[in-house]
Amino acid sequence: MSAAPDTSERKFKQIGSRPIRHDGLDKVTGRARFGADFTLPGALQGVFVRSPHAHAKILSIDTSKAEKVPGVKAVITAEDLPELPMSWVSQGPAGIDVGANQRVILAREKVLYHGHAFAAVAATTREAAIEAGELIEVEWEVLSPVLSIDAALAADAPILHEGQMTEGAGPPVEGDTNITNQIVFEGGDLDAGFAEADLVVEGVFETEMVHQGYIEPHACLVNAREDDTVEIWCATQGAFGVKGEVATLTGSDPQTIKVTPTEIGGGFGGKVPVYLEPAATILSGKAGRPVKMTMTREEVFRGTGPTSGSKMWVKLGAKSDGTLVAAECRLDFEAGCFRGSPVGAACMTILSPYTVPNFRILGRDIVVNKPRVAAYRAPGAPIGSFAAESLIDELAKKLGRDPIDLRLQNAIEEGGRAKYGPPFGPIGFKQALEAAKAHPQYKAPLGENQGRGVAAGFWFNAGMQSSATVSVSQDGSAVVRTGNPDIGGSRASMALMCAEELGIDVTRVRPMVGDTDSVGYCDVTGGSRVTYATGMAVIDATRQVIDHLRARAATIWNVELDSVEWQDGNAVAVNGSADISADKGSLSLEEIARKMGATGGPIVASASVSPPAAGPSFGVHLCDLEVDPETGVTRVLRYTVVQDAGKAIHPTFVEGQYQGGAAQGIGWALNEAYLWDDDGKVENASFLDYRLPVASDLPMIDTVIVEVPNPLHPYGVRGVGETPIVPPLATVANAMCAATGVRFYALPMSPPVVLEALENAD
Amino acid sequence: MAKIRVETTINGDAAEFLCAGHQSLLEVLRDDLGMTGTKEGCTTGDCGACSVVVDGRLVPSCLVLAAEAEGRTVDTIEGVADGQKLTAVQQQFLEHGALQCGICTPGFIVAAEKLLEKNPDPTEEEARYYLAGNLCRCTGYDKIIRAVLDAAAVMREEPA
Repeated sequence: MSAAPDTSERKFKQIGSRPIRHDGLDKVTGRARFGADFTLPGALQGVFVRSPHAHAKILSIDTSKAEKVPGVKAVITAEDLPELPMSWVSQGPAGIDVGANQRVILAREKVLYHGHAFAAVAATTREAAIEAGELIEVEWEVLSPVLSIDAALAADAPILHEGQMTEGAGPPVEGDTNITNQIVFEGGDLDAGFAEADLVVEGVFETEMVHQGYIEPHACLVNAREDDTVEIWCATQGAFGVKGEVATLTGSDPQTIKVTPTEIGGGFGGKVPVYLEPAATILSGKAGRPVKMTMTREEVFRGTGPTSGSKMWVKLGAKSDGTLVAAECRLDFEAGCFRGSPVGAACMTILSPYTVPNFRILGRDIVVNKPRVAAYRAPGAPIGSFAAESLIDELAKKLGRDPIDLRLQNAIEEGGRAKYGPPFGPIGFKQALEAAKAHPQYKAPLGENQGRGVAAGFWFNAGMQSSATVSVSQDGSAVVRTGNPDIGGSRASMALMCAEELGIDVTRVRPMVGDTDSVGYCDVTGGSRVTYATGMAVIDATRQVIDHLRARAATIWNVELDSVEWQDGNAVAVNGSADISADKGSLSLEEIARKMGATGGPIVASASVSPPAAGPSFGVHLCDLEVDPETGVTRVLRYTVVQDAGKAIHPTFVEGQYQGGAAQGIGWALNEAYLWDDDGKVENASFLDYRLPVASDLPMIDTVIVEVPNPLHPYGVRGVGETPIVPPLATVANAMCAATGVRFYALPMSPPVVLEALENAD
Repeated sequence: MAKIRVETTINGDAAEFLCAGHQSLLEVLRDDLGMTGTKEGCTTGDCGACSVVVDGRLVPSCLVLAAEAEGRTVDTIEGVADGQKLTAVQQQFLEHGALQCGICTPGFIVAAEKLLEKNPDPTEEEARYYLAGNLCRCTGYDKIIRAVLDAAAVMREEPA
């Protein structure tokens, strides 16, 4: 579909309303079934057996004692998977390495982080499986772990992957290395740019690994059946991804695998990769019984998706009037134990909100003995933005400028090029900055030890592949089927778009998420893409349904199709005809639906989309906070998110994305971090010690929805889910600086860190 | 090892089950009684997803031994609604869109019901502190707190 957005001239009836979500009742009554809520008769309990070392060669594994434990039905190691060689295949700013993916499921030559799974056991009880796991005998050759970027880059650093060469652009790296890849974006003349600058600010910024922190641990149920077909129920952001990945990693034919996505208890990118499903599939096949696997919270922390820790050197040059003229960045990102940090996306986003004629951005992907990172909401962008937006704030301070005015002066506009090349289409960055400036919070008085911060950011959002099927029921209601797990209210948005087109109330549309056999292919629920791309497929399919409905009315009335229009849920004759007098020239959806059988049969239509691009969403955040100089404790007093949604389909859930992203970012800024001991063991692998923000940590989070239509979507929709986590790190850091006079270059700004900084500043 | 026979009351109905001494109430509710509305987020009492009420007291069911339910009353999310009628808390969660993924929702609702039973007119701060043992990663708590405060208002205006 390529229709230009009809937002400006169109009066929406359903879009922009706030209906109760269709799946809400099940979720407030406890009936909704999540990943761990499924079981089958005779299901075994599967557990991973995890490495006690952060870096060690596996010399041998003996599972014989484990296999003899009563109740144990299957024990597997990497030997039970067909070996896939490690080989990186680039895909846009990211890429994939199925060999590495397989070694994340079950370590093969080496364990590469503390908690790395190297075996799995299925038994009649979880206790028996755990007991058996403890009896697996492994001969290790323990190696020194590499636990930081500096350690990974040291001349004598242990090398995680023998023979690892540095790929990509940038300065050449000699010999085996822990730098797997380098990315460079550059433009203009850097030296000339900095020569032109009246003021230069720079800093080295550091962030730690943080976890997505979804409340539902990973869980799946797998039934590998006698005919080699496999049924999988799991909490995932993409059932088709699970299907493909399980087939690849276990060496199965994809057509034998059916994946049913359960309700999903949060993901934020961390439930895109698979962990349990391939192991459970092999265990189930070996045991001849269904296998259920659920992770403990500790396993979630140790063995699944944090996002990168980083070390970033950023330098900005501006003229005395505030014009940015030059920028240089070196971003080093921890990938965890295999290549694939989001440093590429960080390089793409770090400077792109601003016009900077002369720039050079170098990103380096660095492996360390920590869990392999997974996507986390706008992967990489918050990290880079922390550095860049802190320095923009520093520039504003040194130039005596209002920080929003300075951003407005340099803000990228439609036609301006992102640092990775393409020009932006219509974007709402300046509108968001203006709205933030006009917000009452921006002018509210502050007290002692209080400060206000502002920062901006964006995410380019994804398009990717989606499909949808819309069918008309005999009572004139409609069903919308897609394959995107509903992680935050997307069913309601799909129903709203279908209802808008059909001209019926949203309660007359039933949205559902299908399994991989019952719906067309859909890429993951991720990249802020579902309301945008899957929504387009829904609109397209609904418009086809409307064509069918018009044709049925034309048949009933015996008129040409051109003589029938669809208006507000009714077929309406527009050219006047004797045949239609009985119907007063109008047939409702219900009336046509009742006559479907006699006019050509059931009405159903499907559509698919594969948009190569999406509309970026820009956001601007305001934070007021107070620092207790006695304890270093920071309290966020007031917080506002301003963001361009293009068009808000269900404003409640748009606001929810804004608020939730801000809360995650506040946690990242103030408190969250993986803490490691010297052996590479995570010291805070629990919710008690890795403390997410709780209700009493936060104020209400105000939201302002800016709507600059995205021309790529019929209603102007932009994805909104990821952008809200981009600005908070710098927003909070800038507020800290305003409150204390101290610029914080490292996260988290936890009470001991703040206290020490305040003492050093005295 | 011989299992322990437990007689208890769950959501007002007499119930009995056999459990091992080490099993938590959460485990028995979910795995043996099929009451999966109570969610597991951590099993260490840190997330509140498994909140239930035992003898009138809000507890994380992961930290209660199943055998401790003997002779007590246990109230779970499945017993919150009055037949076909949602409570004000449940209804306000829906109206406010106070959930995104929904995994923490049963625990929040069980806890919020208890809060409003004890304190029919909580301040925002009181609600935030009472619910601080329930983690939500999706919403930033804004809509949850508003839903709870609005439910309190509805309950005060319309006594049962």
